[in-house]
Amino acid sequence: MASVRADAGADPKDYGPAAGAILTVRDLSVEYAMDSGAVAAVDRVSFDLYPGEFLGIVGESGCGKSTLLFAIARLLAPPAAITNGSVAFKGTNMVAMTDKELAPVRWRDLSVVMQSAMNALNPVTSIGAQFKDAMKAHGVTSKEEIAARSAEVLQMVGIDPVHLGSYPHQLSGGMRQRSMIAMALLFTPELVIMDEPTSALDVVAQRSLMVHIKKLQEELHFAVVFVTHDMSLVSHFSERLMVMYAGQVAEYGSTREVFDTPRHPYSVGLLEAFPSIRGERVPLTGIPGRPPDLSQPQHGCWFAPRCPRVMDLCRDTEPDLYQVRDAKVRCLLYTEAERKEADRG
Amino acid sequence: MAELSGPLLRTEALSRHFKIGNALSRRILHAVDDVNLTIGSREIVALAGESGSGKSTIARLLAKIYKPTSGEIYFQGRPVSAIRSRRELLQYRGDVPMVFQDPFSSLNPVHRASHGLIRALKLHRPELNAQQREQEAIRALDAVGLTPAAEVLHRYPFELSGGQRQRLGFAQALALRPKLIVADEPVSMLDVSIRIGLLNLMAGLRDDQGVSVLYITHDIASARYVADRLIVMYAGQIAESGPVEDVLAQPRHPYTQLLLSAVPDPRAPLSVGAETDRGEPPKVVDPAPGCRFRWRCPLRIDECDHVTPALRELLPDHQAACHVATAGTLTKAFG
Amino acid sequence: MSMPLSGVTTVGEPVRPGVTGPAKRPATHALARLTRAVRSNRKAAAGTIMLGIFILVSIFPGVIAKDNPGADIYKPRLGLSTSHLLGTTSFGQDMWAQVVYGTRDVLIIAFVVGLATTAIAVIIGVAAAYLGGAWDGTLGVITDILLVIPLFPLLIVITAYAHGASTLVLIVVITATSWSYTARQLRSQALSLRSRDFLEAARVRGERRFYIIVVELIPTMTSLIVASFLTNALYAVLFASSLQFIGLGDPNAQSWGTMLYWAQNEAALQTGQPMWAIAPGFCIAALGAAFALLNYAFDEVGNPALRPVRRNRGKRAR
Repeated sequence: MASVRADAGADPKDYGPAAGAILTVRDLSVEYAMDSGAVAAVDRVSFDLYPGEFLGIVGESGCGKSTLLFAIARLLAPPAAITNGSVAFKGTNMVAMTDKELAPVRWRDLSVVMQSAMNALNPVTSIGAQFKDAMKAHGVTSKEEIAARSAEVLQMVGIDPVHLGSYPHQLSGGMRQRSMIAMALLFTPELVIMDEPTSALDVVAQRSLMVHIKKLQEELHFAVVFVTHDMSLVSHFSERLMVMYAGQVAEYGSTREVFDTPRHPYSVGLLEAFPSIRGERVPLTGIPGRPPDLSQPQHGCWFAPRCPRVMDLCRDTEPDLYQVRDAKVRCLLYTEAERKEADRG
Repeated sequence: MAELSGPLLRTEALSRHFKIGNALSRRILHAVDDVNLTIGSREIVALAGESGSGKSTIARLLAKIYKPTSGEIYFQGRPVSAIRSRRELLQYRGDVPMVFQDPFSSLNPVHRASHGLIRALKLHRPELNAQQREQEAIRALDAVGLTPAAEVLHRYPFELSGGQRQRLGFAQALALRPKLIVADEPVSMLDVSIRIGLLNLMAGLRDDQGVSVLYITHDIASARYVADRLIVMYAGQIAESGPVEDVLAQPRHPYTQLLLSAVPDPRAPLSVGAETDRGEPPKVVDPAPGCRFRWRCPLRIDECDHVTPALRELLPDHQAACHVATAGTLTKAFG
Repeated sequence: MSMPLSGVTTVGEPVRPGVTGPAKRPATHALARLTRAVRSNRKAAAGTIMLGIFILVSIFPGVIAKDNPGADIYKPRLGLSTSHLLGTTSFGQDMWAQVVYGTRDVLIIAFVVGLATTAIAVIIGVAAAYLGGAWDGTLGVITDILLVIPLFPLLIVITAYAHGASTLVLIVVITATSWSYTARQLRSQALSLRSRDFLEAARVRGERRFYIIVVELIPTMTSLIVASFLTNALYAVLFASSLQFIGLGDPNAQSWGTMLYWAQNEAALQTGQPMWAIAPGFCIAALGAAFALLNYAFDEVGNPALRPVRRNRGKRAR
């Protein structure tokens, strides 16, 4: 149980899971114990997810999105550890649970789709054998039941069940990803966590897979947490969107709100970094500089060194999350005082 | 040197096949088939396609890593296969260097950043002495925006970020004073916010240094951003080619239309695409004649099953390899 | 978990934070890196110290052993005492001197065999992998033939012909029979590295094949090469000592294996002179352990994932 510190995992009753929410994350923090000291890979992330909802988590490498995902799924290994906060899944705080307590939850109620199927699928056993492993691990022993469910779940993702006997390397990239998703749906979980499942696919296969995931989500009513670096991809499918930077939530709100009116300068920069294939061809600048080194302590806002709208205040004051209409923004431009200034001017 | 009367680089019926299976099998994978493309001076040509389209193979054919199975590459009017002596080969390699996709594996981790640069200069510009070489290396680093150049020279690759490593790759190519840089998906493995910087760098090389770039990518949007002309490949063959704005505004080949419709654009509603289309190009093994896109094409006619479509010029400088495509009103297959 | 850098989208596990941007302590000279590695790793420190002691003893044996090891001038079968730290043999020789002076022979065998074996294996293994085709085929056949023949019986047969193999014969024989295993290993690693872009980049730059092998490929294989050296040195010690023990070495040589031979011949354990067998045996084990510890340490230096996780009570970075 080295992946959770003894003092972590506050009782969810203190924060109160949002009524009706299937997943409530409150002030979740993850640290890596490095030789040079502890580094906060995820810093006080909070959000609520309701049944059937699709949450997109967007950010670039080093922002902590994958670490966050692993923390929620309780898949972290030393030197990473959850050091604060709670993850309440269907009312129970997962952070405080042991592996044994987690086992029945895993895969039945909550499943995970990894980024690269070639990394996650066992290359030396057939797909069918891996489905069987998963089902047996959860107490399904009848051969007929296993065969029937395996075939059913492959058909759900659009693969001919004859491929149950195939090895991963015999399938194309798209089909491998689909079989990962099929495996995740074996027990019709209520929450499926996906870590960039389409990044290894080409654009047409990607579109096809995303549409399919959305369709399955609508049919089977599971909630999805979808992590990606491609903001434009997730824009068509998610109801809520979270932009992460330096382990923190930079902006969080409904997808339409964040897309139509991005407020955090990083979200603005990120959206503008995607050249469009329609409309005017305009020169873009991207975001100058580099993602921060989280092991170097920073006073003030992590984004300040790269921010086009930086103020003197930003370098000394750590911004909180400020509510602006339907979104929360971690930017000092949106404190009460600043907004009043902006409104007046 | 005589004034160049033709394109900088031209391929004629370029093909590359691979034997697959074990030693006894006779199956042949047609990675690239019958490709005719041209690249002019001072232009960026984007070669776009999905995996299996043959675009990486073309890069390696042009960089002389592979030998063509048939067909010819003409560089500045002269056939590349006629290169025999080491001196001529070095000359070609200096004119047509390559930039690789993976910032992690394209630099040797045990050597400093200066290593590739200095070696390239030693091999291709032997007239320089050690001090001049260092000057040239610094100049190349400055040209790609890696500053302070003298400090970067002494760094090891692991001390550089992905974006910096890719810039170093371009610097190594620039140090050779090339005519054409073959860039094999140079930004695919970089973070989105870093890509624009590299794309702007490529445009700068074209404008300031007069270097042409063959930009190989699977991302149409970045192709549009940086390229002058666009070539779309499918299953080893060219599907469509022309000025980038023309091809994107009026895509004549159904595959181009499919590709464009699948690009996620947050500013536009998503088109859903065909229910049954899995979205994958075929592996072309021992193909029969006929259009390789026909199984996914809603505009398929009888001729598509029997005759491989040749690249036809439909509009000025805008070609497509499709029996159904015409110069007139656009037939919409997708999107 | 892997540690990629910033600015790159990663595949697989979450990115370890704190490795974005340039490292805080840029790697300088290889020696500096090595000393830091040794100091920070317990196994490396222990192995280095042990090996260091043996090396010093082999160079300056006279410093700690006053007697001539071959001189059989003392009263035989003496027990431990201050004038004879380990007692004397049944021939009246000082055992401590024998052990100390024997170090040189063993270390020479260890280092020479280690270096020679590794050098041959690097040349053949890496060349086979990079050149491929017919080269790989022929070199592979040669390697495989030697691999298939059982090593120890072969050693016995060859040394038996030499009638009392001197150190040089032992070195030659052990080298000739040991290089093939390492060659195979190095070939495998070179094959896996062959597809790395930087090798292709060197080719596109116009480098010749020989240059690529020596300057671009081999330096990236240093950790496996060093590990091979340590393993081969270790096995050289064990093989040489074993051959000497069964009597195939030169019985007059000063070496731990020969001590064991004589101890066995004179039934040392049964006649109350256990030190005669225990002392050299312990030294062989200790030297072997030194090489093994260094080998483990090198693995950890080369592959950070194998390092023991130490609980860190440092303060938070933010």
